Amino acid sequence: MGRSRTIARRSFLVGSVAIAGGVAFGTYQVKKTPQNPLTDALGDDAVTFNAWVKVDANGVTLITPHVDLGQGAHSMQAALIAEELDIEFGQFTVDHGVPSPAYYNTALADEAVPFLSNDVSAAAETMREVMGGIVKLVGAQVTGGSTSVPDSFDKLRMAGAVARETLKAAAAQQTGVPISALKTAKGAVELPDGSTLTYAELAIGAAAINPVLDVTLRDPSQWRMIGKDMMRLDILAKSTGTQTYGIDLFIQGMVNASARVNPRKGGEMLRYDATAAETMRGVQKIVPLRNGVAVVANNTWYAIQAVNAVAIDWGPAPYLAEQEAHWKALEDGFTDDTLDREWRHDGDVPAALADSSVIAAEYRAPYVAHQPLEPLSAVVRVTDTRADIWVGHQLPRFVQKRVAAMTGLPADAVFLHNQYMGGSFGHRLEFENIDRTVEVALQMKGTPVKLTFSREEDFAQDFPRQISVARGAGTVKDGRVESYDLGIAATSAVRSQSTRLNLSTPGPDSQLAAGAWNLPYDVPHFRVRSYAVTGLGPTSSWRSVGASTNGFFADCLLDELCIAAGADPLEERLRLVNDLVARKVLEVVAEMSDWGSKMETNRGRGIAFASSFGVPTAEVIEVTNTDSGIQIDKVFVALDVGRVVDPVSFENIVQGGVIWALGHAINSEITYEDGQAQQSNYYDAEGMRLYQAPDITVCGLENASKIRGVGEPPVPPAAPALANAIFAATGQRIREMPFNKHIDFV
Amino acid sequence: MKLTVNRTEHNVDVDPDMPLLWVLRDELQITGVKYGCGVAQCGACTVHVDGEAVRSCQLAIGDLEGKVTTIEGLGTPDALHAVQQAWVTHQVAQCGYCQSGQIMQAASFLAKNADPSDADIDDALSGNLCRCGTYPRIRAAVKTAALNLKGV
Repeated sequence: MGRSRTIARRSFLVGSVAIAGGVAFGTYQVKKTPQNPLTDALGDDAVTFNAWVKVDANGVTLITPHVDLGQGAHSMQAALIAEELDIEFGQFTVDHGVPSPAYYNTALADEAVPFLSNDVSAAAETMREVMGGIVKLVGAQVTGGSTSVPDSFDKLRMAGAVARETLKAAAAQQTGVPISALKTAKGAVELPDGSTLTYAELAIGAAAINPVLDVTLRDPSQWRMIGKDMMRLDILAKSTGTQTYGIDLFIQGMVNASARVNPRKGGEMLRYDATAAETMRGVQKIVPLRNGVAVVANNTWYAIQAVNAVAIDWGPAPYLAEQEAHWKALEDGFTDDTLDREWRHDGDVPAALADSSVIAAEYRAPYVAHQPLEPLSAVVRVTDTRADIWVGHQLPRFVQKRVAAMTGLPADAVFLHNQYMGGSFGHRLEFENIDRTVEVALQMKGTPVKLTFSREEDFAQDFPRQISVARGAGTVKDGRVESYDLGIAATSAVRSQSTRLNLSTPGPDSQLAAGAWNLPYDVPHFRVRSYAVTGLGPTSSWRSVGASTNGFFADCLLDELCIAAGADPLEERLRLVNDLVARKVLEVVAEMSDWGSKMETNRGRGIAFASSFGVPTAEVIEVTNTDSGIQIDKVFVALDVGRVVDPVSFENIVQGGVIWALGHAINSEITYEDGQAQQSNYYDAEGMRLYQAPDITVCGLENASKIRGVGEPPVPPAAPALANAIFAATGQRIREMPFNKHIDFV
Repeated sequence: MKLTVNRTEHNVDVDPDMPLLWVLRDELQITGVKYGCGVAQCGACTVHVDGEAVRSCQLAIGDLEGKVTTIEGLGTPDALHAVQQAWVTHQVAQCGYCQSGQIMQAASFLAKNADPSDADIDDALSGNLCRCGTYPRIRAAVKTAALNLKGV
């Protein structure tokens, strides 16, 4: 224990973020189980076995604290509990639950430690354990980082098993039948005579006994649900317009509002004139905000129209105003002063690069907006004694603390009612909508206020993906890649985000090199360094975070070196790969795509590989160079998550991740002029549309020893696979996103 | 102003310039129709006016002529329309926010084109944006829906 404690005191870091500076850390506290929040409002006829399962006379409720952004987290979590609880979909209700330290994310620490994800050495595992302890201590309840499955997989099955065994014990006590003679199925305990007692009927009896904690998880061969096609719980509602999202809520007495805040994010509002807006139809109230103004009306449209009619003078941006200056800062950012960390240096790169035949290339990736289709909104009601917030958010306890600070109420008087979300991609880790709505609600105490951003306001206030420039160099020898050197200069999204969360960020930011430094290749001379450039626009986590840009740089550089060596891009990757799970992923994608088979002269295929969030992922893309531009025909994806929970949802999410990556790679960026984003709606940051969407074949492998999430890993290899395919088809090497700056697409 | 939505008549007192979208959502609390962009770029607000797919964010209530059908009027969880049934079968939705609009667009399109080619489907549905990227499933569901509608 001595060793792990020493490490813990020195490094309260989760992914470079100090989440609990100064917290007293002891083994006892880590082992202590946070209190079950379900016991707070438990009726006399109800029983709870742990923070995830509650049974009363009306039936079974499963708490699924990882929020549903569209990734199917609710169904996945429910399935894991139901697998062991022996209950079927349709026999229980699900609930987001309340913000609670009991729902701390056990998987959050895994990717945060400075070890490769496939490194299971004692040092790496100890560090993960320590990090996990810290996350538990501060009760970091987070949906993000592709952690919902890894956090839930054992924990929720165990929650289901404990509930099942306790219900059996209650049935044994009630009937006198020994536990060994009891079975469970379809939400009931079966007695040897064939009669059944439903879980609801056993609730009162179960409440009177201690939970049975000594349980064993079932062998995978006994699974009824995991690994088999499931019907997601929300599909019917989402196919009939009956799914309620945060933006759809209607609360009695509610008013509708909209806001405009300085589009030079963080800049002040100097003055405003709302004369014209005040007399517009439906307007109830003009509310000045920090750095902006809101209009309260009796219809959202009136509010948007009126707030757009307010004349406002904005103060300057607290960052570089012009886009060219952002690029210049990055180009100047490769210095010893800005070096964040040398993540890897195998062999002797400077000596290898002294060779005169160095191949060098510079790559660029712009800011990109998140823009999920449901615009940011929130409903807030503040009274003298409590605050209620109805919103979909990935960091529920941060919302609670933030609203407590804003209202002066204690945190336990702040009630967050988390909602289904119309997408996020990282957008709902931020607080702009919540801050603005609370500001209005504080000035209208007792009245529920729904505030909705117009799409234009949502674009203006979006903290986009990091902007980044990478410089690569390398040499080849005897048909092989001999040396590989990649430097990445970027703005740190993690630090930008942490500032807004009031968290400090000591130490290097692992996301600045994620998806690049961890490539499982034995290149004799291999170096990856990251440079943190400051003074640029505020940024945030965007689906796959650092790897969304680094995967592009890292794999394209390797592809260029393979071509320069005269090697087949697949064969050379296979020769270099030093990890069996990653090797299999490459072999499978090659087989799926019939790599090496002949193509017409105007067609080409490219391969790329990246490992992010612990998931090795390989993609092959086929394109055709048509008269009207590049057409993306087919994509093949092979990835290894250790265990596929629901094959249907898995395929959907992987396909969506590829489309997300390709759409933005070909046509989307955010650029600044006069401190403001120049893009304001989907027509100038489009993403992919149906006619451009390729056929996408997915193969989920299960060779990895740890189970992983799939939300983000399909994203990083897509852009480089496309760039490599375009090169194969046209001979044109594209080194900058969005690609449509350099080549046309159908 | 009077309007008929899902076979029910309503009376609203609003600015005639107010888009049908906001009459439906904020005045009538019919929320299956979604606000996404406000400028006919995403299709999340698609409804039928006399069977024709219309972007309700672009239709001022004062200019409305005809009966409105929203996703709630197309079919219900207990009585699915053939297009909704196909969307369930293929489990199209991820976040689901665009799917009301996708389904309304597909239903109107299939009512006119019973046997669509891939190119027809691309033309008809490319105005409906899906940020989650469910396009492969949308394509498959439209084809299944076409078969369902023909009673095959």
